[in-house]
Amino acid sequence: MTLSSFVSADADTTRRAVEGAVALDGPAGPQTMGELFHQLFQHVQDAPEIELPLLGHVHLPHISPLHIGGVTLDISITKHVVFLWVAAALLIMLATLAARSNRKNRVPKGWGNLMELFVVFVRDEIVVPNMGTAGVKYMPYVLTTFFYILIMNLLGLIPYGSSATANISVTGGLALIAFIMIQVAAIKSQGIAHYLAHLTGGVPWPLWPIMIPIEILGLFTKPFALCIRLFANMTGGHLVIVSLFGLIFIFKSYPIALTTTAFVVAINFLELFVAFLQAYVFTMLTCIFMGLGMQVGHDEHREDHAH
Amino acid sequence: MLELNPGLILWTIITFIAVLFVLRKMAWRPLLGALTSREEQIQTMLRQAEDAQAEARRFLEENRRQLAQAEEQSQRVIREGRNMAEKLKAEIIEKANQSSRHMIDQAKDEIRREKETALVELRSEVADLAIAAAEKIIDANLDALKHRKIIDDIIKDIRPS
Repeated sequence: MTLSSFVSADADTTRRAVEGAVALDGPAGPQTMGELFHQLFQHVQDAPEIELPLLGHVHLPHISPLHIGGVTLDISITKHVVFLWVAAALLIMLATLAARSNRKNRVPKGWGNLMELFVVFVRDEIVVPNMGTAGVKYMPYVLTTFFYILIMNLLGLIPYGSSATANISVTGGLALIAFIMIQVAAIKSQGIAHYLAHLTGGVPWPLWPIMIPIEILGLFTKPFALCIRLFANMTGGHLVIVSLFGLIFIFKSYPIALTTTAFVVAINFLELFVAFLQAYVFTMLTCIFMGLGMQVGHDEHREDHAH
Repeated sequence: MLELNPGLILWTIITFIAVLFVLRKMAWRPLLGALTSREEQIQTMLRQAEDAQAEARRFLEENRRQLAQAEEQSQRVIREGRNMAEKLKAEIIEKANQSSRHMIDQAKDEIRREKETALVELRSEVADLAIAAAEKIIDANLDALKHRKIIDDIIKDIRPS
């Protein structure tokens, strides 16, 4: 959802939105305003179609839902699935180019140098401070998380683009992987026995029925916060832009349109920053949680011997 | 907007894992490999550069020391040469002085000797002349032997002091 995609691409929505705004002039009430915002919000939400230049709305294939046990899995290709794949293809292309460039040149230059800047940043500022040198073996996961989220975030800022990370299911999926990685790091570092012992919180056994559910709940809150944070930040930025554009159709005045456009440009720059920031925050927090699990192991050892 | 779509979660996980495996093989391993090998290379180069610098500094120190030594040596040679020359000069002057003094003394002696000889000759000559003159002036009967004594006395008296 961007300035240009809104203004130029989606003529249909714009027309309908303008009609809605025209309707606002008359004695019409919140019904038409609601209609307007419904139109605008659709840009943020997932859809079974994508917008392309010239082609307009393209309907995506519908796959009949799978029924596994009691769960219904609708694995239809939606707009956000397409952008998941676009981001994946872009990332694979860019990262492979960088790797090839750096293997060829003894002194990194150009694109390889830029990618390496981020790789070194992730390694020296995110992974090693939180997990120590033992964390370097998780580098592929951490790097993929960082760049994949970054590219998905940035895709929302280009015309016709959409941020898959503005969808709570996508951030939920990423958080689920982060949850698994956090547990894997903890179990690998301290061993399954110590990992399970840690779930008891070190309290006497009569308190275990209380303590164990709390500890297990504690394991889930961290990735849950990751999921909500990324989703809310990406959605929030887009909603601000959509709302600012909505002002144009409500007030229908040139001064307000100009002011609003200036605001939208400013918000777009902010979004550019937020795209990087949120990729960093998600990665950083995942590494902190992984590092916590890896460090707890050493503390547990000492506690167990003291018992 | 807040409802979860299990299908999309599944797609997210599948895509992420696929991306992770592809990138691990095609991008992250080569990138990190190149990075660490380059870091090691830079480390080695830095260490080598430091060693080379230390060696250069040692050479410089050595050079400076040798230069100072040579300077000192040349100063000493110059000083010794100057001292020797001074001594030689003084010696030569002394010798010259001595020889000149010697020559002057010799000359003085010679002069004195010559003068004495001359005086003796002159005295006898004067005596003879005086006698001859006296003989001519005074009468011939003057006893030569008798008066000779008197004349000698007179000559002795008129001798310049």
